[in-house]
Amino acid sequence: MYVAVKGGERAIDNAHAWLAEERRGDPSVPELSLAQIAGQMRLAVNRVMAEGSLYDPELAALALKQARGDMVEAIFLIRAYRTTLPRFGEARPVETAAMACQRRISATFKDVPGGQVLGPTFDYTHRLLDFKLAAEGTPAPAPEAAPGPQHTPHVLGILDREGLIEGEPEGSETPPDLTREALDFPCDRALRLQALARGDEGFLLGLAYSTQRGYGRTHAFVGELRVGMVAVEFEIPELGFAIEIAEIELTECETVNQFAGSKSEPPQFTRGYGLVFGQSERKALSMALVDRALRWRELGEEDTGAPAQDEEFVVAHCDNIQATGFLEHIKLPHYVDFQAELELVRRMRREAAASAAAAASEAAE
Amino acid sequence: MSLFAKAAEDRLAELWQAAAMAPDFTWLRRPESGAVMLRGLAGGQGAPFNLGEMTVTRASVRLAGGQVGHGYVAGRSKRKAEIAALCDALMQDPAAAPAVEAAILGPLAREAEAAAAKRAAKAAATKVEFFTMQRGED
Repeated sequence: MYVAVKGGERAIDNAHAWLAEERRGDPSVPELSLAQIAGQMRLAVNRVMAEGSLYDPELAALALKQARGDMVEAIFLIRAYRTTLPRFGEARPVETAAMACQRRISATFKDVPGGQVLGPTFDYTHRLLDFKLAAEGTPAPAPEAAPGPQHTPHVLGILDREGLIEGEPEGSETPPDLTREALDFPCDRALRLQALARGDEGFLLGLAYSTQRGYGRTHAFVGELRVGMVAVEFEIPELGFAIEIAEIELTECETVNQFAGSKSEPPQFTRGYGLVFGQSERKALSMALVDRALRWRELGEEDTGAPAQDEEFVVAHCDNIQATGFLEHIKLPHYVDFQAELELVRRMRREAAASAAAAASEAAE
Repeated sequence: MSLFAKAAEDRLAELWQAAAMAPDFTWLRRPESGAVMLRGLAGGQGAPFNLGEMTVTRASVRLAGGQVGHGYVAGRSKRKAEIAALCDALMQDPAAAPAVEAAILGPLAREAEAAAAKRAAKAAATKVEFFTMQRGED
């Protein structure tokens, strides 16, 4: 029997009104401005931009405010918003070799052209709570030094020159776009990189960690991690040439992994790659490790059945909006579905009871 | 066009207002916001892939003198796209270009350069200067 249920509207409206009040919190405490969120919760903003797959710090700050700091909810808001935007076109691939680096480190070479630049990093902090921050205060200005030559070539280029690392094959000029086409497996590396770039940081972190612990081990070194500003070049349709329309912050990670080789090719290091909006180092590293693990087929490695090697498992589950959409929808009313299950289990119990009674009377005879 | 695009909205508006230019124009395209897909290269040099989108606002104008200008700016500010398009058009008018150059382009270029230099100087102060310590006794 199907019974239509109405009557939730008033409850829903009131729930949302209460939500708005809770979002604001204690009205005697000053309200957060978007500039405060964008400026002081910047890494949260970066994550919302990266996984929302839309570079716009102000919008990401708004989403975080609206979502009461819930990352996945904020990312959901950004994803929903981006579907309303007409697509003007595609930018030229960013030239990360020309990045104005504020941070650039290599774990493989001590002396690299351009040097090891730590930048604003949590690394080497003691991870002790700083109670001074509980009070307001302006920090002393960061020290400055005369910058040397600004040229910071990719570290992996050093290995590339000697032929010690695999080259990067050129691919299709128009990469597949998972926001436009349905996912289809197997997919190529370009599509995987897009999925990873917008994938959930926690999910990718767990997968990357699993490869380090032996589930699809690739033995990664961080060849280079760089954070900095990169120009976005876009061809203006009216003009027919490209101009720089923005400068954006990116994090890039290149890993050097163990060898591939064959009878004809001598052993070479292999690569993993991560590129993420904003300063998002954990994500960029995770992306690079998972990218490398997923490349087992093209590198002629063994499929050990590790989750991080399973392209469909990784790509189909790394999107936290798809995941949360399907997961959280089971909170919504399923009264009719459940009614059917209830009917079914009652019938099965009746039948079981009947056959048990029949068996008992048979045994008694 | 790049300087207009990369300038902070408030700063561009401030300079525009201070320059007190109010050219007559007609819209070829009213400001509209959209997205541009950004791309990366695998390994920083190989096959392109789609990295994610960025908000972009564009506008096009024609001045009374016939000069056409386009503004393509990051973000969702219609005002910024409008000013960028007007400045672009004025830059093609030999009579107006020097004033735009002096009042808007010049300051934007200097400020962008100063901001980049400041970042580079702070980064340089965090550069590691390795030195090797001798081990053992000889």
